[in-house]
Amino acid sequence: MKPTSQSHRLDQMGRIDRNRPLTFTFNGKPIQGYAGDTVASALLAHGIHLVGRSFKYHRPRGIISHGSEEPNALLRVDRGAGREEPNNRATVIEARDGLQVFSQNHWPSLTLDALEINDLLSPIFSAGFYYKTFMWPAKFWKKLYEPLIRRASGLGEAPGTADLDRYQHRFAHCEVLVVGAGPSGLAAALAASQNPQTRVFLVDESTEMGGSLLHDAEAEIDGQGALDWLEASLATLASRKNLTLLTRTTAFGYYNHNMIGLAERVSDHLAMPQHLPRERLWQLRAGRVILACGAHERPLVFPGNDRPGILLAESIRAYLNRYGVLAGQRLVIATCGGAPYQLALEARRAGASVTLCDRRRPDECGPELGLAEAAGCEILTATAIVGTRGHDRVRAVQIAPIHGAPPSLPRWLECDAVGMHGGFTPNVQLYSQSRGKLRFATEIDAFVPGDAVQANQSAGACRGIYDLDACLLDGWQAGGGTHRTFVASPRPGGFLPGGPWEDATGGEKAFVDFQNDVTSKDIGFAVDEGFRAIEHVKRYTTTGMATDQGKTSNMNALGLVARKLRQPVARTGTTTFRLPYTPVSFGAFAGPHHEAMFDPVRRTPMHGEAEAAGAVFEDVGTWKRALFFRREGETMAQAVAREARNVRENVGVFDASTLGKIEINGPDAGAFLNRIYFNDVLKLAVGRARYGLMLREDGHIFDDGIIARLDTNHYHITTTTGGAGRAQAHLENYLQTEWPELQAYATPVTEQWAVISVQGPRAREVLAPLMTGMDISRAAMPHMSVRTGACCGVPCRLFRVSFTGELGFEVNVPADYGPMIWRAILDSGRGIAPYGTQAMHVMRAEKGYIIVGQETDGTASPADVGLGAMTPRSKPDYVGQRGLLRAEMTRPGRKQLVGLLSLDPAQVLDEGAQIVRHSRADVPMASLGHVTSAYASPNCRCAIALAMVENGAARHGETVYVTRPNGWSKVHICPPVFVDAQGSRVHG
Amino acid sequence: MLLIDCPYCGARPEIEFRCGGEAHITRPAPEAARDDESFAQFLYFRRNTKGMLAENWWHVHGCQRWFHALRDTQTDAFAATYKIGATPPDLPGSAS
Repeated sequence: MKPTSQSHRLDQMGRIDRNRPLTFTFNGKPIQGYAGDTVASALLAHGIHLVGRSFKYHRPRGIISHGSEEPNALLRVDRGAGREEPNNRATVIEARDGLQVFSQNHWPSLTLDALEINDLLSPIFSAGFYYKTFMWPAKFWKKLYEPLIRRASGLGEAPGTADLDRYQHRFAHCEVLVVGAGPSGLAAALAASQNPQTRVFLVDESTEMGGSLLHDAEAEIDGQGALDWLEASLATLASRKNLTLLTRTTAFGYYNHNMIGLAERVSDHLAMPQHLPRERLWQLRAGRVILACGAHERPLVFPGNDRPGILLAESIRAYLNRYGVLAGQRLVIATCGGAPYQLALEARRAGASVTLCDRRRPDECGPELGLAEAAGCEILTATAIVGTRGHDRVRAVQIAPIHGAPPSLPRWLECDAVGMHGGFTPNVQLYSQSRGKLRFATEIDAFVPGDAVQANQSAGACRGIYDLDACLLDGWQAGGGTHRTFVASPRPGGFLPGGPWEDATGGEKAFVDFQNDVTSKDIGFAVDEGFRAIEHVKRYTTTGMATDQGKTSNMNALGLVARKLRQPVARTGTTTFRLPYTPVSFGAFAGPHHEAMFDPVRRTPMHGEAEAAGAVFEDVGTWKRALFFRREGETMAQAVAREARNVRENVGVFDASTLGKIEINGPDAGAFLNRIYFNDVLKLAVGRARYGLMLREDGHIFDDGIIARLDTNHYHITTTTGGAGRAQAHLENYLQTEWPELQAYATPVTEQWAVISVQGPRAREVLAPLMTGMDISRAAMPHMSVRTGACCGVPCRLFRVSFTGELGFEVNVPADYGPMIWRAILDSGRGIAPYGTQAMHVMRAEKGYIIVGQETDGTASPADVGLGAMTPRSKPDYVGQRGLLRAEMTRPGRKQLVGLLSLDPAQVLDEGAQIVRHSRADVPMASLGHVTSAYASPNCRCAIALAMVENGAARHGETVYVTRPNGWSKVHICPPVFVDAQGSRVHG
Repeated sequence: MLLIDCPYCGARPEIEFRCGGEAHITRPAPEAARDDESFAQFLYFRRNTKGMLAENWWHVHGCQRWFHALRDTQTDAFAATYKIGATPPDLPGSAS
């Protein structure tokens, strides 16, 4: 397709580089522009205004602004698969060769959108319609209404593939951060960076620094042209080593303690980004923040104010002066203040015909009136726009006298562009995020910063100062500068606050919030229906929500609510500004933390050995643990059964390295552990070990493991795999805060030791030849003991402990030796096979050994899980002692650990299933408890389960029912031991 | 993100720390907690202050030391940090 000509581009003016043409596509159609263009400026240069469809009514919408506040011109940027992003503002996307952008929210096409019918059906789409309509029947909501509404309304579509781009995180500190590089921000940075010891950051969201100076080409500062002053100032700033200048960088979030989030767009504007990341997220901690964020121009609310071709007046100026684009040849400017008279003069000079519709009476205007008249502008005072015409673009506006002017019939004025000016709204978003309170300034009809809560200061237009010389001085002083004044060209000002909306009662919609399709009528409805608080009106009408967060709409909405309630705006208050200031991509927040970097993976020293032996791994916390070892042709159930039988009949080897391990040293080590554990630790002799329970102060089980005494003042304790971190924290907390007088030290050593558990009747026979320096015979090393020596010449701590109910040892060697010792043990005889966590679980359940967090749920006491016999007889104090005496802990009818045997031996119960007395009882029926563990036991040749059941210890022999997805399992309650009830095998 | 002044390491970002709740809660000696009421006070009841609150903080991803801090729960401003065992510093205008 042949590109359309840049019919609205001027030969002169602008900061674009006419020697560097470029071509991008809009909905597949080539669009030409120049280096320095945004997508919006290049489209406007072609006379293209229609760029999207509105949220609810699918009305044709155009570009209305020139910056990040844009509510309408949201485009999808497509840089190839994995590099698509919806909802980019055309006013911010930099044009470059090869870029592809697409309009959103229409079907089948932008110019012919079937859902434009919604505009005619609009009476049913008024505020709150979602809440009132589609309520019945309820089941239609999920399947029918919601998908339909979601497709018909809204913004762009989320991309369906993973983001292929790279994002970076950076951390930095500075003494002064200046946000915004307009005149105030520049002056502030110039002043603040005078001292070379002061680290200063100056950030601006635009492609170049200068803010409003970039389109105020005719202004003068200190006798220089504004652009020359800008260039000289930037040169000064660039020469200062203590200053960091960041363009394309949005300060999007003002967090606690002066931490500011910055989103830097590094490479989207480059055709060949090469090694650069796409975006960089900065976490910047600033001693002081100078907010020089400027102000947003406020639209006027009049019927049909959303037609393409109706822009903010200041934005038309920006397109003219910064991009050399004259938005229209027949320009109408609707205003209630003096600011856009400058546009009138500049547009006249660029060759446009200009009609000014000023809401003010002549006596309310200043000298700008005469200047514009002299320049050949038509001026209609006390006049407002009351209607517009045109589909893809505004063709005419209807004007009528207001404000005490002699009444006359409305008449139509033909035009091809409209600039609107409803005053300025200071940009207080970051200030508000910093928790600073706002103050309403009646004279400018806007909220301005009050007293700051954090170390920040607002300067210039963001606190309602609009004159150029005053902005420069305000910034300079905020930056700590003294002894200086600025002389700058005056600009027309003056403003008639209040009520451009009383005439917004005509037939057509007058939009307040363009992005959410909220009209003046909707705001009125909300108030009529009883919503008084502004936060409620916001939520009911959705005004001020979505990607633009009401930058252009908030003040008009507030004004309407205040008027309707007949109260001052100050009393109506304002909604809360939330971060981010503008949308930030998820990729920037994620940074490098994705895929392998998302969460660390912990592998045991023997991971490679297990892998080679066919291990299938499971995730336990961040650990990878071997679940079972698959042999050719085996199912998981077959493998687990083989492994578990081999342990009971022969010998199995298990990687227990993930168990938490903590060494306790010091003269008070024993006394400390005696207070931490439920057990009596003081009686533990050197060389002996004991199963230990840790409780919380409330008496509930916290963690369990082995306490082994290596020497008089030296203990080695183990914790559960998942509880290692919190157990360490628990110990440190008591050592440091409760008993600082105890000389004991807790050192986490989990990763220092590889732990190889050797379990089964042949365990001793397998290990004995490998051990030196210790006698592991039955007589010399009984069950629950610990020895130190060497295994294959490697330093070794050998524990005789068992989590299977068989004769068992745990070989602890320094982690790096783990694989070598693992191989040595497996190679030291026939029939020695590794087993995984599933077989381990099956075997411990066969023995009724609990797992903290599986049998216990944070409400179980030692007695509940059958460990009441461990209760110490005479201990002065331990954690949980008093808690166990609470009435609740001794109440009859608490849930207690039991075993369950299904009547059908092949029926493995569901863990978590509820247990009831009778399957035919009335619903709802009382639950007796729940299944905590359930397995097919190869050693019992039937399904077994553990459960916590009300008063369970007294129910052995009872028949109860367990829920299944489709019915019930009938089960017998039995003691929670299924193998070797006498417990003789561990002593083998 | 809060900036917390560890008495051992200096100012560090919040992510290095864990908050341990209200400070200066005395763990009752066994004989002092005979009645349920006083034990329940220790176990469950906290002041839930709006304003200045003494808290325990743990520099878990740093020196691993516990310490105390005076934090305004309304503004998140830290007035002081001090070591375990030390008495809270007097703050001008604070009602203790």
